Amino acid sequence: MATPKPRVKLPKKAKAGETIVIKTLISHEMESGQRKDKEGKVIPREIINKFTCEFNGKPVFACDMEPAISANPYFEFNAKVSESGKFKFTWVDDNGSVYTDEAAIEVS
Amino acid sequence: MGRRRFFASGADASSGGTNVNKKLLLLAAAAVSTIGLARLVQAEPTTDTLEIDGKQMITRAPAPEGYPFKEVLSGWLFREAETRATEADSFSNPGMLAVERGEEIWNTVEGTMGKSCASCHNDASETMKDVGAHYPKWDADAKRPINVELQIDKCRTENMGAEAYKFDSDDQKALTTYIKYQSLGTPVKIDLSQGDMQSWWDKGKTEYYTRTGQLNLSCASCHEVNMDKMIRADHLSQGQVNGFPTYRFNTGGMVSLHNRIRGCIRDTRAEMPKAFSDELMALEVYVTWRGTGLSVETPSVRQ
Repeated sequence: MATPKPRVKLPKKAKAGETIVIKTLISHEMESGQRKDKEGKVIPREIINKFTCEFNGKPVFACDMEPAISANPYFEFNAKVSESGKFKFTWVDDNGSVYTDEAAIEVS
Repeated sequence: MGRRRFFASGADASSGGTNVNKKLLLLAAAAVSTIGLARLVQAEPTTDTLEIDGKQMITRAPAPEGYPFKEVLSGWLFREAETRATEADSFSNPGMLAVERGEEIWNTVEGTMGKSCASCHNDASETMKDVGAHYPKWDADAKRPINVELQIDKCRTENMGAEAYKFDSDDQKALTTYIKYQSLGTPVKIDLSQGDMQSWWDKGKTEYYTRTGQLNLSCASCHEVNMDKMIRADHLSQGQVNGFPTYRFNTGGMVSLHNRIRGCIRDTRAEMPKAFSDELMALEVYVTWRGTGLSVETPSVRQ
């Protein structure tokens, strides 16, 4: 499997108190652990099991993920911004890897 | 009601004995009943319009001469609202991951001659612009039509000293997607005047209308005769190919055109021709022509 690659999209600028839309997507196979290979052996589960989003160190959104979630999980959510700062996104893989991405926003 | 009658007659046929012909008859009756049922349920393609990254897509085009319908309709019009929305937003479209991977391959040196695609073709957004909208094309060397996949293989073996891709390898799908993506929005148009393209078109047309498999279905049985009707939960489209390779939720990955056609043939319970065989290339020529005027939507998103 190729290395999972996170992508995020949010506006670069916003007005104080504005509600913005944040979109995230990460490439990942989300192997459920329910499938078998050609020899009949179970393919071990390997999914992204946790996703979090923080703004200037404060939690904005977080969720656990389960094996029924499709490949390349996509999240879209809203956040109200009152100050300039940085969003930090984290995805936790079953294999222990952690993938992160960041995006700055300027609030006027 | 149609369903009950068909099942009832099927049950009569099977109660007579266990001979194979009767079993096949039952099977055929079941298939007919599915389509009979579909006739009762009408669904309409959406009237929404599709815009991707500010580019207006042509999802309804006037039919080319000799086309059975008045209008050529993109498969996008037949899908659920959520599926349509995923394609309309290039950020949420998971097929864009294949485009990104394709761009990496484009710039990666492979083979004994130390070249990448970019070594000769430079910036794909210029050199490959609109190119994918006009395949399959006549290949004078091979004396047959070739599609984008085969053109890539030709380049790899002849100019890069690299091996041809294995059919449906991830890299083949990603690079094909990347190249066709450079034509996003461009209307499909193939040139039938080159070489023997016309005779391949004729052959493809014959295949399109030939019933095959245990279920005795032709391409036209679903995509022409029952187009716009429901077959169980599936809204039958015109079977257009303008969005291939396409991202399917079904498999959570990119699906190539020849893989998709083979899937259809498998579902009729017929023997599947090999990818890039004469049979499938002829069908690709004909089916691509049927989508004349639609925008290339690669990577499209389907169920």
